[in-house]
Parts: sequence; C-alpha cells; structure tokens
Amino acid sequence: MDAARSAPIPLIALVGNPNCGKTALFNILTGSRQKVANYAGVTVERKEGSLLTPSGLRIRILDLPGAYSLDPLTPDEQVTADVLLGRRAGETAPDFVVCVTDATNLRQNLRLVLSLKRLGLPMVVALNMTDIARRKGIVIDADRLATELGMPVVETVGVKTTGVRELIKVLDATPMPERQVQTRSWQPLSRADIEQDQAEVRRILGVVGADRLDGVTFSDRLDALVLHPLLGPAILAVILFLVFQAVFAWAQVPMDAIKLGVASFGDWLGAALPQSLLKGLLIDGILAGIGSVLVFLPQIIILFFFILILEDSGYLPRAAFLLDRVMGSVGLSGRAFIPLLSSFACAIPGIMATRTIQNPRDRLATIMIAPLMTCSARLPVYALIISAFIPRRTVWGGLELQGVVLFALYIAGVASAMAVAFVLKLSGKSGGFQALMLELPAYHWPNLRNLGIGLWQRVEIFMSRVGTIILALMVILWALSSFPAPPPGAAGPAIQYSIAGHLGAWLAVLFKPIGFNWQISIALVPGLAAREVAVGALGTVYALSATGDDVSSALTPLIAQSWSLPTALSLLAWYVFAPQCLSTLATVKRETNSWRYPIIMAAYLFALAYLGSWITFRIATALA
Amino acid sequence: MLVAQPNPIGHSASAEIPLMELPPGASARVVSVSGADSEAPAGVGRRLAELGFLPGEAVRIVARGLLARAPIAVRIGTGTFALRLFEAACIRVCPEQPQLR
Repeated sequence: MDAARSAPIPLIALVGNPNCGKTALFNILTGSRQKVANYAGVTVERKEGSLLTPSGLRIRILDLPGAYSLDPLTPDEQVTADVLLGRRAGETAPDFVVCVTDATNLRQNLRLVLSLKRLGLPMVVALNMTDIARRKGIVIDADRLATELGMPVVETVGVKTTGVRELIKVLDATPMPERQVQTRSWQPLSRADIEQDQAEVRRILGVVGADRLDGVTFSDRLDALVLHPLLGPAILAVILFLVFQAVFAWAQVPMDAIKLGVASFGDWLGAALPQSLLKGLLIDGILAGIGSVLVFLPQIIILFFFILILEDSGYLPRAAFLLDRVMGSVGLSGRAFIPLLSSFACAIPGIMATRTIQNPRDRLATIMIAPLMTCSARLPVYALIISAFIPRRTVWGGLELQGVVLFALYIAGVASAMAVAFVLKLSGKSGGFQALMLELPAYHWPNLRNLGIGLWQRVEIFMSRVGTIILALMVILWALSSFPAPPPGAAGPAIQYSIAGHLGAWLAVLFKPIGFNWQISIALVPGLAAREVAVGALGTVYALSATGDDVSSALTPLIAQSWSLPTALSLLAWYVFAPQCLSTLATVKRETNSWRYPIIMAAYLFALAYLGSWITFRIATALA
Repeated sequence: MLVAQPNPIGHSASAEIPLMELPPGASARVVSVSGADSEAPAGVGRRLAELGFLPGEAVRIVARGLLARAPIAVRIGTGTFALRLFEAACIRVCPEQPQLR
C-alpha cells in the first residue's frame, strides 16, 4: 500500500512463456528461493520480492506464471494477464516489464514480446538460457535484436548471476514513471494478428542470425527411447519402482542413527531429571512423539531427492505423455498429470497446480482426486507399519519386500484416484474434450545447487512442522492423556482414566469394526491436523500406556507386539484414503471459492477410508 | 542441420495431409490450423496458433503413443508439444523433403 504514496516504489513484472526461466531469474534478482523445475506451470501465483539497485533505487519485482499469450485460457495465465492489465483488486499495473525469453526457442518466445509491446509500457528483453543456446551453436546478435525490437536486450543465464548485473544496470538507468498507471486496456489478438506477428518474428530471426531449426537433438534421441510406445512405459515403471526400493534400502543407516540418538537422549534426560510432571512431559509427551516422527526424515529426503531430479531433468512432462491415454480414458485432462504428481509431495501445491487446467470441470475433478495421491506426510505412517509388520527380506531375486509393499500402497492410491475420476466422468461431472497441449521441454542435467536448495527446503519444512504443529499437538495430547490422574489404587495404565483415554474408548466403539484399538483411535484425531502427527501421537499414547519404567522410545517393536496383522493392514488401507489434513481442505476451499467441495471431499474420503479398512480387516481376519 | 525454408503456403493443395498422417520423423510445414472442421471445441485452433502452430512453420512428429497412436509429440519450430488426437486433427500439413547440409 505504501507504493500508492507520493514516492512510489517502481513495480517490475517478469513475464514470459512457461518454462523460460523467469523464476530462476527472480530468485537471483531478489535472493528468493522460489521453486524452479523443468516443466511448464511451476509458478501459478504472483510472487513478490524486492531489489536495491547500486544507485540506491528500491524496486519491487513480481514473478508471474508463464503465459503463451495475453489472452488467457487457464487460471494461471489469467493471473498474469490480470496483473499486467491492472485488473487485480488492490494492485496497480506494473510500471515496467522484463520479458524473459528462452534463447533456444525465440521462434515461439518473441511473439509474446511483440504482444507485450502492444501494451505500450517500458520493457526490456532478457535473453535467457544463452549458455544452452551457445552450446547448441545458436549465436544471437543481441544488439541487432534490440534495434529490431526497439527495446534493450540483455543476455542472461537464469541459474547463474551472468547477465543479471547487466539487467539491474538497465533497470537502474530506465526512468521509472512518476505516476503509477492503474489499469491498461488490451485488445485480444485476432488469428490474423498472431500470423502477422509470426511473420515479423521470422523476419527478426533472419536479421539477428537465429532463423534456424534444430536437427535431431540430444533430447530427440533420448525421447526416441523415453517416449517409445513399449520401451517408454517400461522405463517409467522401472524408475518409479527404483524410487520406492531406495526409500527403504538407503534409509536404514540414517534411520538407525536417529533412533539411537533419540533413545540415548531420552536415557540421559531420564537419568538427569528428578521424577516430576515436567519429566513426564519431556520424555513421554515430547520425546516419544517427536522422536517417532523424526526417524522418517531420511526416507522423506530420499523420496524428494528423486522427485526433484525428475522435475529438474524435464522427465515429468514425458511421463504425462506416456500416461495420457490412461488419464483420458477416465475422463481426466492430460494437464492433470503434473498437478497429481505434485500431490505426491503434498496435496496443497498439487491443488494449486491445477490452475494450469483450462476447463473448470476438469480442474475440479483433478482437485477432488489429488488427495488420493500419497503425500509425503503419509510416508511416516506407511513406513512405521511396514517396518513393524512386513519382514525385511528380499523377494523375486533381490527386491526388498518392504519397498514392494510401499510401492503397492502408492499404486493403490493412484488406482483409487483413477476409479473416482471414472465415477465423476460417468456422473457427467467431467468429460468432453480435455486439452493436453503440453510442452515437452529439452532435457537438461539437474542443477546440483537447485537440488541442494530443494532438499534443504524439505528438511526445513519437515523440521518446522516437527518443531511447531507436531510439538504443540504432542503437548496437548500429553496433557489430555495425563489428566485427570487415575484414582488411588487404580489398576492399568493411567492414560485409561484421562480425558484422552475416555475419548479413545468412545472412538474405539466407532472404529472397532475396522480393527482399530483405542490407541489408534486417539492417534487419528491429531492426525487430521497433519498426517505424520498420527505417528507421533501413537508414540506418546504408547509411551503413556506402558506400565513400569522401561518405556521404549522405539515405537516399532511396541506396535509389532500389540497389533494383529489385520489391524495393521486395516490402518494402512485407512491412510490410503485418509481424510485430508485440514490445510488441504482449506486450500480446496480457497481454490474453488466454496465450502461445498471441501465438505464433499472430506465426506467421500472418510467413507472410502472406512469402507477400505473394513474390507481389508474382514479379508485379513478371514485369511489369518 | 535443417535450414528454415521460405513460407511455402503456395504449395499444391494435393500434397496437403492431416498432421496425424505424417510419418514419424518426416518433416512438413503447417498449412492450416482450424478448429472449425473438426469436432474439437472452439478455442483449440486459436490456442494451437498461440503455441506456434502457424502456417509456414516446420513440424515433425517426434513420437506417438501405443494405442490409437495417440497422444503425439510434435516438434513445431524449435519447441515440442504433446497433443491429443482431437488437437492434432485441427492441423493440416504439407510434407517436404528435408534439405541436409
């Protein structure tokens, strides 16, 4: 709001085609750490940062979702058009545009430059990815390009600071308008306009020495394998399978180390502190709860290591290509693949990413099934139960059985998502022609710096959840499980007389048909706030219900002893469908602008979870 | 390396085929992009144009799916897009002999 005062801070927007490196450039300009990856539609919302130029000018910088044109078709492109034209509530239009272009694909990118030029605001072109262009033998006469376009052109390399200083110098030298423009008018381009622009682009490319086409590139040779009708799906299956194998096979050593660390810390704390309420809170409440969640950090890091590499290499859109027939047959847009895949990390960015889907009904169908993709918060729950009940042995010549079971759980989530999508299609909630038109970017080697930052961010997110929401819930749960104290002479663990104990006993009636005991029933409640809390809650509840002083901080052997196999399988089935954490429901409310869909979503997932667990429990009991 | 050819819109109409009939790997030029004569919803032709499927641009099929040979991966100019069948059906092309240098 201070921007509207007498000395406005200039607002600069980064605009360009999808996947041309806007966000990488934004991160370097502003020191931000927004997510970058090698596919179209990573950024779906405006992001703001600021920059202080060498001459002391403060500039606000906006990173906008990529757009193919200023006549938007998808909700993310709408964000870009609305910001540029000043149609966004409470915001003035930007004063200046940095049009980011991919130097290897100017034939496509320059059309947007010409469109933006029609807006008539001051512009500079950032000729990005010049390093890749040079390697391909593309040499662009930037000075000549600047003359032809009638605006400054700066060569940049988004992942490095190369050229960014030059860009800042141009920003510094440009006189920023005194008064900020509120709105701009825009005349949608006709087909004739687009064709005329393309003729101009061809002319300019000829003049600057970039009118060339690629022969058979490295990406083409790789695509001949990766997109091959038979080989391609086989490669995809092998990649996914290896990921889940690695999640178990590589994590053992660090997990054991964390377990040992938590246990020795607990022992030390137990010996150092006098017997008191505080000691109970620290050891049974906090350490038992948090320790049991913390153990799963290595597995989450390994999962994200693979997700980030797949995202950065450019493989994701290829996987979307390979699975497009499946998606289409259940009535999903081809564009739904990437949002759904993002949901494996967390359903929230996945639901946000549906903004790249044009048709509102297709978008809604994708939002409704996104939570069925197994998010990383469910990994601790799966891993806990798998390591307690599935023996560590190899099957079929070298495959880890635990990894196979984990893979099967992920597949169960995907299969049920497809089934729900199909039901939506039959009920007429989706269908018709769903667009694909998905850009397949050139492959590139994953950037190690990005990978490192991405992994570190996951560690930070996980640790901050452990340190805030999980910690808080553990304290609350400990209090509810410790008070009121049992009457004198009472038999059994104290927790049975507490508020949580009574609540658990009441809930256990509801969950008895699906095989859950009262400890699990209690743990499900805080698990609604964040799924991995269920694991921490089990840790706390079991620590408090153990009699005697030898409370084990390792949850795995405890549940292995006290649960039957049908109960364990039933809980796994529950978490395949598990009603979302509350933040997912809040995101659905925001993205659909209605309470209707989050309520429907919670209801249908709860019903599916109960049904799935009931069937699993009955079958497993009958077979046992 | 393939070198961009001048706009060949004036080619004989007899050589014009739907994009789907172009053999993988063969080069062609876009002749027309229209959503009007296919069953695709309105706006598809326009979006294809915005992506660069414009008369005179070079196209080549990079890969096709297994079933019904869809979706297809199409090189247009210097970009590559995956298209579903109904999207590809909007595009008509004129095959040409690649000029190798």
